[in-house]
Amino acid sequence: MEKTIKIRKGLDLNLAGEAQRQTRPEAPAKLYALVPDDFHGVKPRPVVKEGDKVEAGSPLFVAKHDERIRFVSPVSGTVSAIVRGERRKILSIQVIPDGQNASRSFTIPEGKALTAESLKALLLESGLFAYLRSRPYDVVASPDDQPKGIFISTFSKMPLAADFSYVLDGQEADFQRAVSALALLAPVYLGIAPEQVDRLGNTTDATVYCFDGPNPSGNVGVHINHVSPINKGETVWTLGAEEALFVGRLLRTGHVDLTRRIAIAGSDIRQPQYAEAKVGAQLASLVDGQIDATHHVRLINGNPLVGRKAAADDFLGAHVTEVCAIPEGDDRDEVLGWITPRLNDFSTNRSYFSWLQGKARRYTLDCRIKGSQRHMIMSGEYDRVFPMDIYAGYLVKAIITGNIDRQEELGIYEVAPEDFAVAEFVDSSKLELQRIVREGLDLLRKENS
Amino acid sequence: MIKKFFDKIRPNFEAGGKWHSLHSLFEGMESFLLVPNRTSAVGVSVHDAIDSKRIMSFVVIALLPALLFGMYNVGYQHYRAAGLDGTFLELFGYGFLAVLPKIIVSYVVGLGIEFAVAQWKGEEIQEGYLVTGLLVPLIVPVSCPLWMLALAVAFSVIFVKEIFGGTGMNIFNPAIVARAFLFFSYPNQMSGENVWVSKESILGLGKDLPDTFTMATPLGTASAGHYVAPPLDDMIIGLMPGSIGETSVIAIAIGAVILLWTRIASWRTMVSVFVGGALTAALFHSLGATPLMWYEHLFLGGFCFGAVFMATDPVTSARTEQGKYIYGFLIGVVAILVRVANPGYPEGMMLAILLMNALAPLIDYCFVQRNISKRAKRAAHK
Repeated sequence: MEKTIKIRKGLDLNLAGEAQRQTRPEAPAKLYALVPDDFHGVKPRPVVKEGDKVEAGSPLFVAKHDERIRFVSPVSGTVSAIVRGERRKILSIQVIPDGQNASRSFTIPEGKALTAESLKALLLESGLFAYLRSRPYDVVASPDDQPKGIFISTFSKMPLAADFSYVLDGQEADFQRAVSALALLAPVYLGIAPEQVDRLGNTTDATVYCFDGPNPSGNVGVHINHVSPINKGETVWTLGAEEALFVGRLLRTGHVDLTRRIAIAGSDIRQPQYAEAKVGAQLASLVDGQIDATHHVRLINGNPLVGRKAAADDFLGAHVTEVCAIPEGDDRDEVLGWITPRLNDFSTNRSYFSWLQGKARRYTLDCRIKGSQRHMIMSGEYDRVFPMDIYAGYLVKAIITGNIDRQEELGIYEVAPEDFAVAEFVDSSKLELQRIVREGLDLLRKENS
Repeated sequence: MIKKFFDKIRPNFEAGGKWHSLHSLFEGMESFLLVPNRTSAVGVSVHDAIDSKRIMSFVVIALLPALLFGMYNVGYQHYRAAGLDGTFLELFGYGFLAVLPKIIVSYVVGLGIEFAVAQWKGEEIQEGYLVTGLLVPLIVPVSCPLWMLALAVAFSVIFVKEIFGGTGMNIFNPAIVARAFLFFSYPNQMSGENVWVSKESILGLGKDLPDTFTMATPLGTASAGHYVAPPLDDMIIGLMPGSIGETSVIAIAIGAVILLWTRIASWRTMVSVFVGGALTAALFHSLGATPLMWYEHLFLGGFCFGAVFMATDPVTSARTEQGKYIYGFLIGVVAILVRVANPGYPEGMMLAILLMNALAPLIDYCFVQRNISKRAKRAAHK
């Protein structure tokens, strides 16, 4: 291990309903689907028609700008629908599983045959390349880029997030295999948590850094900023730790297996625990029978800070490691909230009493914004929870005003929307920072292409 | 019950309703009484419970000790000048009646303009004026006529805040500008020896004083060259003539504790103002340029009030954390500099804060630019 980097800024948010370390066996969903929006920066071109038979690992769609990048079916079955929205935008490509788990097999280059080129070709063909994301812009990586590093974070400090240490149980060899292979493409940097030092500290073929601090210290963007910040013209690839397991499995078995161990968590889940599920599984299969609240419940594809609001008939997101259910809150009425003590609410501000209640207290928060959107009034709010050498408030202002030169100067190439999640949580002006940053990155990408 | 009431009258305020022209007032009132139960659509699902309403209300709470003491002090000064003996309640009651019209005028004029602008722009009413509206009456002399106050408030809300885009976008602190407007437009009513004591009887309390009655502030006497030091305990408790809310160090300190504890005000700014002021005052005292000790400079006049409630305004102060040290320090330095080196103005806090409001973006620019050039250098060395 290289060294431990102490992160001081940030905020750990304790929400009720964290997943217990036990796993429900996989309950196959009735419907699977790939959602092109999960792979940001890609315009999809379907390569299947409704009624086509597919195997796990056969492509459902490819990227319009580079057809080598494929997006493959998680299960075998029949393509039941290509759902389109406004202006014929593809919303999802749905597959009804046939229950046979037929899976396309890929030839794995072994020994000397395993080179950067052959590995890249294998990842492209098997559809796993699509899980690599590149910064700047936080979009699906391009096989033509030569990244200066591949960054993998093996932990997340987001509230209710799945614990990779638990997910990894029994799959350590696959993880090491993936890291060693990816090191052929570019130097691999691993960011681990202090409690993972024993298990992951001596991962070979990678430079391992330990990050000790509050959320968002598990964000790969924070790791990049501390280890090797991105300059203009440079590219860095990032990969989710569980997605590295996909690569490891492919190299071991020759088959694509997109099974994840998902945390089903949140205060409205009856029995929060882990469940095995494949990417694209309909969420109903994961939460059916788990929610019996009398109030309105919000289902989140992901965790409450970066996840997306979802319905039970939506599909497990491609990069999602947890599914959460928390109170929606739109059926709650509260009088004079701006002056009452609100003992059950959480705030970093000491005008509430969270500071009195200790760090161990777990909160049940609902999805109300609890305020109205304002201009940025307070200063330094974002900086307190933004552990990068970047003036977050100034960067957000540069994005809002569309000043591209200034965005570049202030370091927009180093950030992804998720890095602003904690800042968005604490923001008293209630600005939608992740949306603002996403739109800023998209605009910049368009201007630079 | 409240919700039912709002649901019932809502149709009148929606487009086409008979009171549609008052819809921003309706929305303002509704969100004042009921927490909006709008939930987030994109981005984070959960939010911190803090919002700008809460922040502004806590600043108002922090101002209350200074306000209440200011009321008492107005009564105390009047009764002392009139040679009357009064009970605590009479003194406070007199001050209350003298100050209350100012607060009402300030809020009615300021909020009226804010409501009108919000209505015109089709936006929500912003709560920034809740604080400004209380600050303005606290930093004027008690004898300031109400029409002047109304004029100053209107000027500052329109030209300092709204034309820049409302709360959060202004360059200068609107309360300070209101005072500066009065100070330069009506110097006779804002400074000198004639304005610091209320001279009329109000509702039978107190008695009328002759127009010729004068009473100077300690800083006024220092400026005129015959400094009369008030006893130290008066200085700290605040039983001396001065603007309504700024005399009591103790009351302001209570406010400071509330603001710092809730982290609404930046301790960096606040501490730096005091350090800058103390060092400069000590320097001038040792050079013989001022008869006041360094702590007297900090305790007298508007220094404390400005440092705690004005300099720390997050919108108009420096926004970078390091910048706040410099911003605060220079406010302290300039305030004392104006007091000591300028023969015309006995008090320098207002001008110091205005000057540094103007310079705050420059301070920030330097720190942000340092970050930018660091990044550029890194890219060049890759």
